[in-house]
Amino acid sequence: MTAKPDRGRVELDSQECKGCGLCVEACPPKVLHLSSHLNHYGYHPAAYDGAGCTSCGICFFVCPEPGAIVVLRLVAA
Amino acid sequence: MASYTVTHEKAECLYEIYERKPELKHQTHYCPGCGHGIALKLLARAIDEAGIRDRTIMVSPVGCSVFLYYYFDVGNVQVSHGRAPAVGTGLSRSLPESIVISYQGDGDLAAIGTAEILHAANRGESMMVVFVNNGIYGMTGGQMAPTTPLGKKSTTTPFGRNEWTDGPPVRMSEILNALDAPVFIERVGLGDNKQIMQAGKAFRRALDIQVKRQGFSFLEVLSPCPTIWKLDPVDAQRFIREDMAKTFPIGNLRDRTKDALSRPAPKPAPPIAELPRILELTDDTPEEPVATPSKPLDLRLRIAGFGGQGVLMLGEVLAEAGLEAGYNVSWLPSYGPEMRSGTSNCHVRICSDPVDSPLVSNPSVLIAMNEPSLRKFLPSVEPGGMVIYNGETEPPEDCRRPDVRFITAHFTALADSLGSSKATNIVMLGALLEAEDLIEEKYVASALRGKVKSQRWLNIDFAAIERGREIACPV
Ligand SMILES: Cc1ncc(C[n+]2csc(CCOP(=O)(O)OP(=O)(O)O)c2C)c(N)n1
Ligand code: SF4
Ligand code: SF4
Ligand code: SF4
Repeated sequence: MTAKPDRGRVELDSQECKGCGLCVEACPPKVLHLSSHLNHYGYHPAAYDGAGCTSCGICFFVCPEPGAIVVLRLVAA
Repeated sequence: MASYTVTHEKAECLYEIYERKPELKHQTHYCPGCGHGIALKLLARAIDEAGIRDRTIMVSPVGCSVFLYYYFDVGNVQVSHGRAPAVGTGLSRSLPESIVISYQGDGDLAAIGTAEILHAANRGESMMVVFVNNGIYGMTGGQMAPTTPLGKKSTTTPFGRNEWTDGPPVRMSEILNALDAPVFIERVGLGDNKQIMQAGKAFRRALDIQVKRQGFSFLEVLSPCPTIWKLDPVDAQRFIREDMAKTFPIGNLRDRTKDALSRPAPKPAPPIAELPRILELTDDTPEEPVATPSKPLDLRLRIAGFGGQGVLMLGEVLAEAGLEAGYNVSWLPSYGPEMRSGTSNCHVRICSDPVDSPLVSNPSVLIAMNEPSLRKFLPSVEPGGMVIYNGETEPPEDCRRPDVRFITAHFTALADSLGSSKATNIVMLGALLEAEDLIEEKYVASALRGKVKSQRWLNIDFAAIERGREIACPV
């Protein structure tokens, strides 16, 4: 039997991200982290753990970059 | 396979790419964790939700948020430091269908622009003002702002802001709340998710007031500046919650959206063609082509007397006449603070060549309407020049010069005999016209008609010129 899919998902633009960490701090289920690698600008960009997002949108609002985070929600089957 | 749909993404009213830099064209210029970025997003979302992108005009300030026009795909104006509310006033009055959003920092709004915001708010201008309060001058490297919390160090308060020498922080929302006109005043914070979500709603409400054209809406945003505060972004958020919010209490101070009526549309400005009539600058004389001066001229004239003697008016009439005769002219008044009985004088130049300076330091002609003026300016008259002096008697011994031609008469008595001592200046004008071959009389008459509206006075003035001519007539 397959596991129940997550309610949400996030896509992060690692080149727009400035590694401020606000999304990591704000995410309620703590499913974001700062990567160990550096992006073009020399920041550690935020990344999704890959599971557990609820699509609450909080990371989107606390992020100062207009397009660094896209939040998606599971479409009810 | 589970399918997903986008719920939060970059606002539509923001450009896809920002043309400011050659690379990384989708990144803002703000420091990591800067509150300006969050405010920008909340504002962009409110514009999208209200569906007003095509009607929005954003006024960007001087400060870290100077570049809003690189991000917002709306109408944009970038203005000088602190002047956003004044420019916003002009925009919303002249383009009443538009939605004007002025965005300002705390140095911009609460220091150099205090007067502008106060009066725009007091007039209840139709605009939304986003006031980003980060308690510091960000762009210039961290000087104290009027909003800097007590004790906070800055480059200009290296020992911390001191209540006694620097004054306590200025609370702009509270100050504006003392005025009658604003419809909406709220202070929000960007200190955590909850505050940010609240702020998002307030952006929307403040903007809706513009959509309904109810008047002035003001939104203060407590905003982190991690760079200047020397805090990491997460600690800077905490500083908002635990420190800034103590000095600047978060909450709504005023919301009159329920009772506020739509502001009446501003009266459209009259067509430009109407202006001469409104300003009473029209006359019946047919337009004539610009005259060609009949001879070369370089008149440097100083007219001096008491305020109220018509010193400035005489200068204006001469300059206007010179202009009509096709010369280059200048008229430079110089007077004391009192409207009556102070001294006043003016400089007039009428030349064939372009006027190099409107200042007449060494006049070729001095018109002195009383003795003190003669005393003051006689030494400056150029050798070979002329003085027209209004005196009951010859000038005193120490106010004479052999190298200067004098026309002395009691011009005031002559004017009195014509009906009013106010015509003294014009009698002296007549003397000047007779003594020096300057400008054809028809141009002087036309200049007088332009300045003097009443026919009775015109008659007196024309008679005054005649009297003056008789006085100066070489016998
Ligand atoms: C007339 C004028 N005076 C001074 C400056 C210098 N100046 C540029 S930004 C700034 C302060 C901006 O502070 P604030 O409004 O708080 O905006 P922030 O950068 O913190 O967002 C000053 C004083 C200027 N550009 N123009
Ligand atoms: S949408 Fe919510 S749960 Fe998902 S990553 Fe963002 S903050 Fe975390
Ligand atoms: S909040 Fe935005 S800029 Fe900051 S780390 Fe997260 S994605 Fe990057
Ligand atoms: S200096 Fe402060 S206000 Fe300016 S961009 Fe950086 S963090 Fe933002």
